[in-house]
Parts: sequence; structure tokens; C-alpha cells
Amino acid sequence: MNEWLYVAMFIVVGLIIPVGAITAGYIFGPKKPNPVKQSTYECGIEPVGTAWIQFKAQYYIFALVFLVFDVEAVFLFPWAVKLGQLGLYAVIEGIIFVAILVVGLVYTWRKGMLEWA
Amino acid sequence: MTAQQIIFLFVALFTLISAVMVVTTRNLVHAALWLVSTLFGVAVVYALLNANFIAVVQVVVYIGAIAILFIFAVMLTRRDMRDTGPQMNKNWWAGALVAALTFAGLVSLLQEWSGFSKTASDFPSGFDAMGLLGEALVSPDAYVLPFEVASVLLLAALVGAVYVAFNPRSGDSQK
Amino acid sequence: MNFWNDPLRVAAEWLEGIFAGWGMDAVAAHVLVVFLGVLLLIIVLMALDVFLVWVERKVVARFQDRLGPNRLGPFGLIQPFADIIKLIIKEDTTPGDADKVVYNLAPILSMMSVLILWAVVPLAPVMLGTDLNVGALFIIAAGAIGTLSIIMAGWASNNKFAMIGGFRQVAVMVSFEIPMLTMLMIPVIFSGSMNMNVIIQAQDPVPFWVLSPLGALIFLIAAIAELGRAPFDLAEGESELVSGFNIEYSGMKFGMFYAGELLHAFTFGGFWAILFFGGYRFFGLEQVSPFLAILILIFKAMLGYWVIMWVKYTMMRIRIDQMLAFNWKFLTPLAFALLLVTALVNALLASAPAWFYTLSMILANLFTGWIALEIARSATRSERERIEGVKKPVEAHH
Repeated sequence: MNEWLYVAMFIVVGLIIPVGAITAGYIFGPKKPNPVKQSTYECGIEPVGTAWIQFKAQYYIFALVFLVFDVEAVFLFPWAVKLGQLGLYAVIEGIIFVAILVVGLVYTWRKGMLEWA
Repeated sequence: MTAQQIIFLFVALFTLISAVMVVTTRNLVHAALWLVSTLFGVAVVYALLNANFIAVVQVVVYIGAIAILFIFAVMLTRRDMRDTGPQMNKNWWAGALVAALTFAGLVSLLQEWSGFSKTASDFPSGFDAMGLLGEALVSPDAYVLPFEVASVLLLAALVGAVYVAFNPRSGDSQK
Repeated sequence: MNFWNDPLRVAAEWLEGIFAGWGMDAVAAHVLVVFLGVLLLIIVLMALDVFLVWVERKVVARFQDRLGPNRLGPFGLIQPFADIIKLIIKEDTTPGDADKVVYNLAPILSMMSVLILWAVVPLAPVMLGTDLNVGALFIIAAGAIGTLSIIMAGWASNNKFAMIGGFRQVAVMVSFEIPMLTMLMIPVIFSGSMNMNVIIQAQDPVPFWVLSPLGALIFLIAAIAELGRAPFDLAEGESELVSGFNIEYSGMKFGMFYAGELLHAFTFGGFWAILFFGGYRFFGLEQVSPFLAILILIFKAMLGYWVIMWVKYTMMRIRIDQMLAFNWKFLTPLAFALLLVTALVNALLASAPAWFYTLSMILANLFTGWIALEIARSATRSERERIEGVKKPVEAHH
């Protein structure tokens, strides 16, 4: 429990410092907004439409592949902690675990979903 | 009331308010961000229960991966990220009733349980929670089968996702 | 127990005594002392951050055969303070079409995600900060908040460049998180713990970079990508994306992103040192005084930071498709292969003499790296032949 007190303090202080810095900027900086200044930047022309549009589906695929491997790595962490005491059978179980996932990576690769098309 | 209980109540309130905001806000990206704060609240609850590993995993997987996935998904499915339709349909009272009944049932069940009102106690010194978890995951008389099945499940998720994403595109490539 | 051997505890007990003397509750006094300690550490870090601005500019100047800042104070040391004053007195503009709350939250979360990394850094044998038993994963958890802040900034600005930059940066960060997670497991396997301090202590005779040179290298590459620095600085993309996700930010809000990036790089230099180069350890010198141990850690972190800068100012930027292909088709399989090879050698030679274990580990690493490079070489060769093979008939046709 005590450890999380430190982490909580880091979060609190980690929020106070940037809020303080930005507030200082707000206090000391000039505040003269006008519509031209507040328009978004777009390569020397007036912005065309909004930026909140539909995006490339490829990002979603990479996020999905990432999610699967993220969960896999998280499962492997407790395995890695105890590996020194467990001997060969634990290593073989880990190899099987990773090998099954590698099949998925190969499938994704073969289907061409890892290409930035 | 101990400090731990006060912190818990505060975090629970924060989590609940965030959860309500997820379903009531009309901007889909805001809903995803409120979901992040809900999941963060759950991570804090895990930390309060001394479940360090689960707390960190909650942040790594849910905020680091699933929330990002949601935001990507929101941005590629909708042109307009603002929900304009009515937020309730005519059966809202049935949903509310089921939710209330479930909540009441859970409360009445949990009141029978002796562990319900206990606070989490600190582990004795030298208690190696991570080591025990690692041992249990690969031990033949504990969870080795679920451990390997989890890998198959992840494989199925990956293959399914790729299949769903791949199919419309294969139609395109034939054009 | 005197101040020079255990300054943190002596100071904490002294302060708690004072607060108790004022009639404060023991728990409240403890919380207040922890708060003050963390505040002190973070203020020191921010001061270091200011200094890093100078270091970064001076080092890049040297790499590019320039002088760098040299007008204000000796060696231009006052320059970063002038920069800060400039950042503070500039106007903070918010785009009219932006999502104001998310827009303002993003730089705060970005800075916070870097600062909380220091919660798990052991500064010296007796100054542990948080003795968290999941320290290794905590790094990734803090990184998750940083990733979130970037996508928030990119989306909330309502600017197409910011959006593209943010998306690319996040795609790169999440992709390279996999090799990083995998390489974090290598020190965990060697030390049998995810606790940062145990990992440092386990590098007693042999630091882990000797046992796993390839692991240290992959971790560095993944860290550089996680930091979004060249050759992976797609979000910035100066020439095509005009600074990427932070394009609409000005004044101190931009300053937070900038300072956060520098401190992040320095912090990952520190983690590289902790995980593979023994952290605060230096031939028993760390036992002399905790202050010396902190200096050793800062020196090693600076070396790591310097290597990151060296890469940044030497390599050219690569395209996003090349980068993602490099990660998913080369680095991730290699990282998993190395993890399994390490686990296997570790289990097979658990009872072997130390010199034989170390030698086998090094050879296993070199062998894995060599095989991976050979496969990559033949794959790229066949790829090139495929492309050129397609080209030839076209040329003949004309």
C-alpha cells in the first residue's frame, strides 16, 4: 500500500508542475485573440473543412495486432519472473505459448495486413 | 472510517461519474476519453486491493491498447463524430429495471459474504506475489492449460480481426 | 546512521519529528513528508530538464560542426533560462475550432507521464523511491498515458497536420512497445524480479549488457521509437507535417511537450542504464555515499541520452511504412526469438559455472543476431530482385 502512496504523490506533483507552468504562461503572456490568429494552420491557405474526418483503416489493424501481442507479453511477465527456479518445462511452455502467437503474426503477414497499403 | 476507505469512496465516485459520462456524452471521442478515466479508476481500485500486477496491467492493456484501439476505431468508422439521434429508446425503463434488480441482487448476495466488509490487509514481508503468480501459471497442477488456451484465444482474436478487416478489401483488389 | 549514509531516512525522520512536534497526526506527517520529498525530486528533475535544453543544443551543434548557444553566460549556459522566459511571456493561443478541454489537458498529461516514470527509479542503494514489485511494467503503463496525451493533442487541435502526426506517432509508439516489453523481460529473467532495485543488485559481477548485448540494442531501438526521435520522428516530420501533433501549441503548452520530450529521452537513457548497465553501480563506488551513487546514475543516464542524440543526429528519417515493416517483420520476431533463446539457455545452463554461462549467453545472442541479419539480408535481396524483375520488361517494352 505504501508504495502506491509514492506513486500517487508523483501523479499529484506531476500534475501540479505543468499546471503551474502553463498558468504562469497564462498570467504573464499577452491575451489578444482574434479570428485569424485562432484559425488553424494549413500551409498558407485558409483551412478547408474540419480535421475530424474518417481516417485510414490501416491504423486500426496495427492497433489490433498490437493489442494481441500486448496481452501476450503481459501474460509472459509472471512467467519470466519465476523462470530461474522453474526449469526446462516452463521454458517449453513459454515456447509453445509464443509459437501459437507467431502463427497469428505469420497469418497477418501472409494476408498482407502488415503492408502500409 | 479509515483513510483507505475514504480514498476508495472517492475513487468509486470518480469511476461511476466517468462511466455515466461515457454513455451520456454525445461526442464519441469524449466518450472514449471518459472510458479511459473509468478504466483508470478501476486500476486505482486494484492498487487499493494490493493487486499491484493487475493494477499495472489494467493501465498497460486497457489504457495503452484498448483505449487507443477505440479512438482509432471511432475515427475510421464515422465521418461525423457527433451523435445526434435520441439517446434513449422506448424500452429504457426495462433496461433500468434489469440494472436495478441486478444491483440489488448483487448487494444482497455480497452481504452474506464475510469478506465483503473487510479492508485489504498488507502482505506479510517476503510474500512474493509475482513469483507465486508465475509459478501458478506454468505449474501442471495449476493453470498451465488456461495459460496455453489463452494463447489460442489471442490467436483466434487476431485471425478473426484480420479476416474481418481483410474481406472487404479483397473485393477491392479484384476490381 | 548519519546523514551521508542514508540522507533520505535521516531527513524524513527529522521532518516527521518536527511535524509531530506541531501536533500533527503521524500518518498525515508521513504523507506530507512523502509529498515534500517527491516535490523536491521533481523540482530537481525540472532544473535538470532546463539544463538538458542546453545539452541538447550544444551536442547537436557539435554533431553539425557548429558552436551552438554561446552568447549568454559561460558556454551559453544562461540560454535555456532565456528560452523559458520567452516561453512564459508568449501568448498562449488556442485554435478557435479546437476542443478546448482536451487541447489543454494534453500537454499536462504528456509532462505528467514522463515525471511519474521517476517513481520507480532507484537513485541509490538506500534511496529507492517506490519499491514497487512491478517496476518494469510501470514504465510501460506510464508510457501508455504519454501515448494517450499525443493522440489527445493531435485530435483536439482540429488541424490536419496535427491529426496525421498524432496518428503516425501513436502507431509507431504502440508498435515498438512490443519489442520493448519483450526486452524488458530479459533483465527480469536474469534477476527473477520486476523490481528495479533487485534488477540493479542482480548485476553484481556481470552487468546485463554483457549477458544480452542484443537485448540492450533492441531495447535502445524500441526506446528511440517510443520517444519519437529520429530516425523515427515521423510525428515531427518538419518538412511535411510542420511539427506534427503539437503544431497548434504555443507558449508554455508547447514548452511542456518540448521539455517532456527531452526529459523523456534522458529518463530512457536512465532506464537503459538501470536495466542493462547496472544503474547506480560502479565497482563498489556506490557504497561510499548515496550522493556518489546518484552522480553515477546521472552520468550513466547522460551517456544513454548521448547515444540517443548521437543516433538522432546521424540517421535520416525513414518512412512510416518502412518503420512499421521494420518493427513487425524484423524487430518483433527477433525480440521474441531472443527472449526464447535466452530463456532456453538460462534453463539449460542454470547449474553451469558462471564463466561458461556468461560465454554461452553472449554466443547465443550473437548467433541469434547473425541469423536474423542473414534472413533479413536474403529477404531484402529477393524483394529487390522481385521489384527489379518487374521493372526490366517495362524498360524493354519502351
